[in-house]
Formats: sequence, structure tokens, C-alpha cells
Amino acid sequence: MTDKRYIEIVTNPGTVKLEDIPVLEYTDFVTFLDLVMGEEGTHCVAYFVLPQPGYYRFICCMAADENHALLVFSHIQHIDPALSLPSITAKHFQFHVFEREMHENFGIDFAGHPWLKPVRYPFDRADQSQVMNNYPFYSIDGEQLHEVGVGPVHAGIIEPGHFRFICHGEQVLHLEIQLGYQHRAIERLFVERSGILQQSVLAESIAGDTVIGHALAYAAAIESLAGITVSKNLSVERIIALELERIAVHIGDTAALCTDIAYQFGQVVNEALRTIIINTTQLWCGNRFGKGLIRPGGSNYPLKPLVIGEVLKNLKEVEERYLQVTARIFSLPSVLGRFEGTGKVTTMQASLIGAVGMAAKSSGMYRDIRWSHPFSAYGDLLYEPVMLHKGDVWSRAMLRKKEVEKSMAVIRELLKEITNYELRITNDEIVSPNYDLQLAPSSMVVSLVEGWRGEICHVAITDDEGRIVLYKAKDPSLHNWMALALAVRNQEISDFPLCNKSFNLSYCGNDL
Amino acid sequence: MAMIFEEINILRRHGKQFVPDLRSAVLPGIFRGRPVISGDITQAEAETVALLCPVGAIAVNSGKNRSDQAVCSLDLGKCVFCRECEFSLPGKIQFTNDHKIASNVRERLIVSSGLEQPVSVDPLLVRREIRSLFKHALKLRQVSAGGDNAAEMELNACGNVNFDMGRYGIEFVASPRHADGLVITGPITQNMAEALQICYNAVPSPKMIILCGSDAISGGIFSQSSALNREFLRRISVDLYIPGNPPHPLTVINGILDLL
Ligand code: SF4
Repeated sequence: MTDKRYIEIVTNPGTVKLEDIPVLEYTDFVTFLDLVMGEEGTHCVAYFVLPQPGYYRFICCMAADENHALLVFSHIQHIDPALSLPSITAKHFQFHVFEREMHENFGIDFAGHPWLKPVRYPFDRADQSQVMNNYPFYSIDGEQLHEVGVGPVHAGIIEPGHFRFICHGEQVLHLEIQLGYQHRAIERLFVERSGILQQSVLAESIAGDTVIGHALAYAAAIESLAGITVSKNLSVERIIALELERIAVHIGDTAALCTDIAYQFGQVVNEALRTIIINTTQLWCGNRFGKGLIRPGGSNYPLKPLVIGEVLKNLKEVEERYLQVTARIFSLPSVLGRFEGTGKVTTMQASLIGAVGMAAKSSGMYRDIRWSHPFSAYGDLLYEPVMLHKGDVWSRAMLRKKEVEKSMAVIRELLKEITNYELRITNDEIVSPNYDLQLAPSSMVVSLVEGWRGEICHVAITDDEGRIVLYKAKDPSLHNWMALALAVRNQEISDFPLCNKSFNLSYCGNDL
Repeated sequence: MAMIFEEINILRRHGKQFVPDLRSAVLPGIFRGRPVISGDITQAEAETVALLCPVGAIAVNSGKNRSDQAVCSLDLGKCVFCRECEFSLPGKIQFTNDHKIASNVRERLIVSSGLEQPVSVDPLLVRREIRSLFKHALKLRQVSAGGDNAAEMELNACGNVNFDMGRYGIEFVASPRHADGLVITGPITQNMAEALQICYNAVPSPKMIILCGSDAISGGIFSQSSALNREFLRRISVDLYIPGNPPHPLTVINGILDLL
């Protein structure tokens, strides 16, 4: 490598020694970042502070999608309560949430940041005078404007968050989203609870609708730090579980989108189909959400012929019926009238905010970790992402339908590769989870997974004895909440529930 | 016209989805429900799994007056149903598919070794107004206070076409003002503590409280977190504990029906 300004990670997950991550002067750091951001498809997957005795180390991980690599580089600043750095957000808006997080956690100022507001009110935040009740909402003065506050407790059975609208009549001029109600100190618990079993259960609880996605990101990270690889069969099984999770949520969301436009027929038919899928996961591992299924080093639930048979049978049944009902949904004028053109996010906006996953793919961005940084069994699959261009509710609904079809095809493809179960037992191929793994010292691992919402990123850093001293868990929602705020601008406030559901973002995934 | 036939076709394949008898419905054997701990588990074995358990749900009764006590016990209010204790001691600990594990008495969630006994509601301890007022119609408001959205989705599923809890007159409502009680999910975070209290105050009396999921009952995997504030639970009395990670809709519905 001739350019000494960064270290490249070409595997996913990938582990590097902390000492191998270049340290730049802040001005060089920013110059290099400008250069990297000029490349098509490059985006920031993690930018965080590693506190060290006397100084902060700021580590930045950029995904270069076209090159299928990660670029990692850092800068160092002495700990000083008056520490202020020129904000990167001012130039590259997608950094807004990373700088806000560092500001909230450590009190670091970012000069020129347009929106240095709380992200989640962590219990150990630098400024304890910031509390849930005094969030600095944006406001506009005007005799014809009014504000609408919704939440934290909402009408349905969903998680808490506060939405503050500034409206002109029925029209939304601005939406600000205040989160943090769900903060459980997950990242801190990963450090405090050092057992791998405890951490696996924690990873499954980051977002209970993305159990497989987060558990897989964690397991892969730990395996990479421990320097072990798992069998081909196990990688295949993990991806089958991940795609079953995607199918279940996407179908459930299709139902929920119908609910929000009072199309009960579409709702009940899809709800029943989702039930078939999550019951298949339960048949596999005893839990409808797949809790307990993904563990580092092995599995407690190797895929048996009986379950494979059920998966194939149920996929066939659900696919036929889902295609039938979605053909109906997407041809009804009353449905299209609500979906089309509602809640638009342009490609430009999506790219500016660093949107990931569904929010990116439905707004014309080619962004999918399964393609850009293939993990687990995706290494051999050459996955082509689904992409739509209009960025409206229709696109986000249609994306789900298309992804369901693709995931079903992926599962069928992968199931062909699961070799004979009896043979695997005799060959001792079925391995139990390993909770005694020794992790590489003074290292950093980055693990990316494309969950059903989008890019999940877990980063773990170990000390010189191989203990985890820092854990960063990023749910795609961290980026995508801003997409929802943009989508409802100039929309009728009555379309908010529909827009919200079309993104279906995670509160606890943001709040951690 | 063609459109109508399309819908009829879809409905024909949809068929009847509801579980006809929720009281006697059986889940596949691999479902993780009520555990059974065999009477011949040794103290050493119990100590191993107590150490292994990620949430400290297994307690070992050591020492002198052991003769009249079980060797160990497993607290379903703490358990996250990872089943690792069973994998570690197959034959000694076994999770059965018995999904009826809710109770109004916290202690009844504790399963002792050598004692095979269903988890049940103690009818004598159910507050009188619950049965007299809510038996035929119960409206509930749900509050997620740090819940991970799994229990929330299962509560939604209670009302879907498969489980259709509405058939018993039990429903979730949008406003606490319309509710007869709260169903709480999640370990109760500091940041949600005030909103939970306000929501509770807004429910007209008499009102009932249901804790849904191991996080809500004990904090679960988050019990040691510095970001929780569970003081609310000291101020109120709980009417029903529904263990699970997350609780299955059948556990929720049967638990509530047993209470009423
Ligand atoms: S199943 Fe429950 S009791 Fe057993 S180890 Fe897991 S959490 Fe502990």
C-alpha cells in the first residue's frame, strides 16, 4: 500500500491491529476524507471516539462500495473540556449523527455543525442538564403556523419517540424527531458483561425485530477477533435465517401499510402470511424471532431435513399467495392514490444524509452490504440489489415485495448447498457454540450485515489482554430517521402514519 | 367484475386462519416454554448452570437445611429462554412446550427442581374488581419502556387474524383514558420513567397492571444497566406477570384469561 493515510479492510468482518490504523493530523484527516467522499458510493459506516489515557482517538471507517473495501484512519486529540474541531458535517452532511453522538457523549464541540442536538440522552452523557423534557426543538414564528406534538406514547402498540411537527394548516413544514426514550446502555453493557453468551443475548436484544441481523453482526465480529472461521453449512444456515427474518418483516410491513390506508383485506391476508414465516423460524429454533439461533462458533440448532422440508413447503405456499395479494394491492387505484408520490425522498437527499438499506434503495441508490461487502454465505452468491427510483411510499412498499421474492430465491439456492444432515453428524461437522473464545489483543473488528432495514455495523475494540473495551452497535435507523423527517415535508400531516410505516425504523436500535 | 373474482380467489386460499381453541392450542415440541428440572440434579451440576446462565435466573439452595428444599430453582421472571442450561445438562433440565407460564404471584414463576407443577394464577389473590368489572370486556393500553419491539410485535399479534383476542372482548386501545389497565414491556428506562407514570395516572381507576416479558418483570438481560429506573414498580402492585423473551401470544392471552 503506497498511501499511508489509511489501512484497507477487504474482508467482512475484518480485524486490524489498532497500531496499524494510521493517525493523521486533523487537517490531513479532513483533506483525506474530502478525497474519499468524492468517490461514487463511498459512505461512512462508523466514526467514533476511543478514549485513551489523556487523549481521544477518533476512528473513522469509510465503506468504498465500488471497491468492496473499508478504509480506516484516525486522528488524536488531547482531552480538554474546551476541545473544539471544525465540523465535517458542514461539508458532508451524513456525518451529522456521528458528530452529534460524540458531542453528546464527550462534550466535544464541532464548530459549524448546523444541528448539534441530542441523539439518545445516554445515562453517562457529558451534559447532564440536557434531559428528555428540554430538547431544543426547532421553531418558526408565524401567526399562521402551529405545532403538533405526538408521543412519546403512541396510539398503537409501538415503541416510544416524540415527533414535533410545525404545520401550516394541514401541511407539514418541518418535522423534528426526538429519540432516547428506549436507551438501555447496550454499548456499555457489552463492555461490562464480558461473557460471550451474555453478549450474544444482548446483541439479540438491540432490536427485537432484527434479532438475526444484529446477532449475526456480533457473532461474525467475535469470530473474526478470535481468528476462527465457521463451516460452509453454518454460513449458509445463518443467511437462510437472515432472509427468513427479512421476508417476515417485509410481509408484515406490507400488511401494516394496508392498515394505515384502511385496506383491511390486504392487512389480514398479509398478517396470516407473516405468521407462516415466523412459525417456520419457531419450528427451526423454538422462537418466532430466532432468538437463540445465532451464536459465535457454532449453532444449537443445525438445520435438519424436517425443517428444510417445512421451509421449502412454506416458502412455496407464501410466495404464491403473497404474489397474488400484492398483485391486487398494487393494482388498486385507491391504494395507488395513497402510495404514489407520497413521502418522497430524492436520490440527492438520500445520498446527502447517508441513507442506507431500504431508504437508500427505494430512492435510487445502489447500496446493499450483500453486494458491496458480502458476508457469510454471500461471499459466493453475487447478490444484485433491488433498486427503485421514485423514493415515495410506493417505492418503499414495492421494494419490500421485490426483496421478498429475491430472498426466497436466495434461500432456495442456498438450501441446495446444505449437505446431508446425517453425513454432517458422522463427520463431526455440527459444532456447538463456543463461549470461551480468546480474542486478539489490541485490535479492532468491523462487521457489516445487511439486515432487513439496511446496513448494520458492529465495531469492537480489545485491550492488550483481549478484553472488549469499546463496542459500537449501529442500527440502520441511526441514518434513516432523517429520511423520514425529510419525507414528510410539504405532505399532509394525515399522511404521517403512512410515511412512518413505510420506513418502519427502530427506536431501540437508535437509542441502544 | 374480474377484480372481485381475484379477491375471492385470494380469500379462498387464505381460508380460515384463526386458531379455533386458544385454551388448548399446542405449540410444536421445540417451543421453549415451562422448564422442568429433574429431582436428581446434583448441587455441583446446579452450580455449573447457575454460573453459565446469562441472567442469574438459576439459584442453588446450598447448605444445611437442604433436606427439605429443592437443590435449585429457575426463575422464569428472569430467564431469557436461551436454553443454554438445558444444552449444558441435557436430561436434567428440559424446556417443555407448555406455554401457559403467566401468574399473578411473582413466586409462582420460580420452578423448583424435582417438582413438576404447572405455572398458574392464584384465584384467591386476584383483586375482586378485576373479575367483577373486566371479565367480559377489558381494554388495555400498552406502554413500551425500553422494550426491544419483539414483545410489542407479539402483543400486536394477539389481535391479528390468527389469535384474535378480540373474541374474548379483550382489546388494545389508543388512549390511556379509554383503558382499564396498562401492559408494560421493556426493562423501564430512566428516559421513559416519567412518561410511564403520566400514562398510568391517565388510566381511570380501578386499573390493572400487566408486566409482559422477562425484561419488564426483572430487567432481564438489562437488569444491571445503569440506564434503568424501575421505581415505578415500587409504587404500584402488579396484577399479572407474563414471562417470555418475548412472550408468545398464547402465553399472553391464556394468562389474561386465567386472571379474568
Ligand atoms: S434458559 Fe433461562 S435459566 Fe437457562 S441459562 Fe438461559 S436464561 Fe438461564
